[in-house]
Amino acid sequence: MPAGLFWFLAALSVLSALGVVVQRNPVHCLLSLVLTLLAIAVLFIGQDAVVVGFLQAIVYAGAIMVLFLFVIWLLNLPAESRPTGHLALRFFGAVAVAALMAELLVFALPARLQIRAAAHAAGYGSIEALSQTLFSEYLIAFEVTSVLLLVAVIGAVALARRTTAAEMQERGAADKAEIEKAA
Amino acid sequence: MIELVVGAIEAILMVLIGLHLAIFLLYFERKGSALIQDRVGANRAAITGFGRKLGLPNLGIVNTLVADPLKLFTKEDFVPDGADHFLHGLAPFLALFPVLITFVVIPFGDTITVGGYTFNLQAANLNAAALYLLATIGIGVYGVALGGWASNNRWALLGGIRATAQMISYEIAMGLALVSVIMTYGTLDLQEMVRAQGGVWFGFLPRWGIFVQPLAFVLLLTAGVAESKRVPFDLPEGESELILGYMVEYSGGKQAAFMFTDFAEQALTAMMLVTFFLGGWQVPWLYRDGFHLPGGHLIAVAPLAVSLLGVVSFLVKVVVLCAFLGLVRWTLPRFRYDQLMRLGWKGLVPLGLANILVTAFIVVAAGGTH
Repeated sequence: MPAGLFWFLAALSVLSALGVVVQRNPVHCLLSLVLTLLAIAVLFIGQDAVVVGFLQAIVYAGAIMVLFLFVIWLLNLPAESRPTGHLALRFFGAVAVAALMAELLVFALPARLQIRAAAHAAGYGSIEALSQTLFSEYLIAFEVTSVLLLVAVIGAVALARRTTAAEMQERGAADKAEIEKAA
Repeated sequence: MIELVVGAIEAILMVLIGLHLAIFLLYFERKGSALIQDRVGANRAAITGFGRKLGLPNLGIVNTLVADPLKLFTKEDFVPDGADHFLHGLAPFLALFPVLITFVVIPFGDTITVGGYTFNLQAANLNAAALYLLATIGIGVYGVALGGWASNNRWALLGGIRATAQMISYEIAMGLALVSVIMTYGTLDLQEMVRAQGGVWFGFLPRWGIFVQPLAFVLLLTAGVAESKRVPFDLPEGESELILGYMVEYSGGKQAAFMFTDFAEQALTAMMLVTFFLGGWQVPWLYRDGFHLPGGHLIAVAPLAVSLLGVVSFLVKVVVLCAFLGLVRWTLPRFRYDQLMRLGWKGLVPLGLANILVTAFIVVAAGGTH
């Protein structure tokens, strides 16, 4: 991956991530998040993790963010109003954030800011290599995760299921009995 | 360096082919529909009137290719009051862009050797091209969704919500159909898939994917039509109930961009079906050295001509499928929304899963694909 492209994508992902926090309209925030995810997906692809990059684009940018959009629409979220509160409170809030940021920079920057091209075998990150690892070394973790997802799906269906008329009647009868018992 | 230049030229060529197919579909929409419905159709505009003097019928070409675009691109670009100006302007491009960049991974021919250089007639030879297809199609949802939301119009928002729900539902069916196809060929590389469809069975039957995966063909065809939001899946537009859905507050060039997205998606569906199921650029019985007709006859063909015949074969198949999709659009009535969702989740998804299961058994029984 050319260094220029890397820096461009890195800057784009940081800026769009800032946009998620700074913007007031939730739909604009969501679009910034999509842009962040896509920039990171292209970064993955550029670093030879081709499949991970495409899956990031398909699953996160293409599906999960669309569901976020639905939630924003369904809750009918208005644009965020300007922050209110005491001036001193806002001032000290800003100071605290600046201090945290400075701490992060002081401790993290000197140690980590080295770009190294890690050497790896041919075919690294390809679908063949990924599947080999996934279905041999991490088979149990993979299967357990799929069971977890299945449980989540069944749970979602159970929650979203409409109660039938017969069930309503049954429940009504039970409630009635309870009320009578209490009386 | 020369690979880069050729790749760029091929990419532009592929986008142009996609756009021209969209224009073909637009023409079919105007004049083909008239043929199907026994109407006259667009026949008013002419440039010189020369053809009429000769007694030739007006084919509506000037209408479709000159008058309509002129009208669309000189219209007032109207943004409704209270709309999100930025997103209202961005949405048509967010819809059109992902479709156009998808065309580059479709192989439109075998390798071709010109002047000592050998080129792969596929603009971007990704080894995970099938995933790229799914990714760009998934991103295409945003244009439509945001177009509906940014218009500050309830009909538009309803259209946008319908379009989003429909597209992400049918993406699942499309993905499942693709999984069984990928299992059959054992690769994600579209060029490799097309190569695997060369040759014949029983001495005459081309080894096309449709004969191995007929169910996946039907699933991908249905999901593709639903993705392009065309009749019978045009709920997001639903002229009789939502006026024009997410497009209702768009005029002129931006509305044309949305309309073109649908046509380009239809062209893309045709290309995907051709690549996965109809042998891509393969010509039946044509090999590197010429036609091997059933019965043992050999008609020798020059290597360059073989490559070019492949490109022609690809284009012919795509145009025929595009015409078929146009025919479907003017034949079937629109689904109801609950029918649409039931078909997607209770019809296509279980069928796709069953198809994957059966394919897996057969692939394992046959000793894997490698």
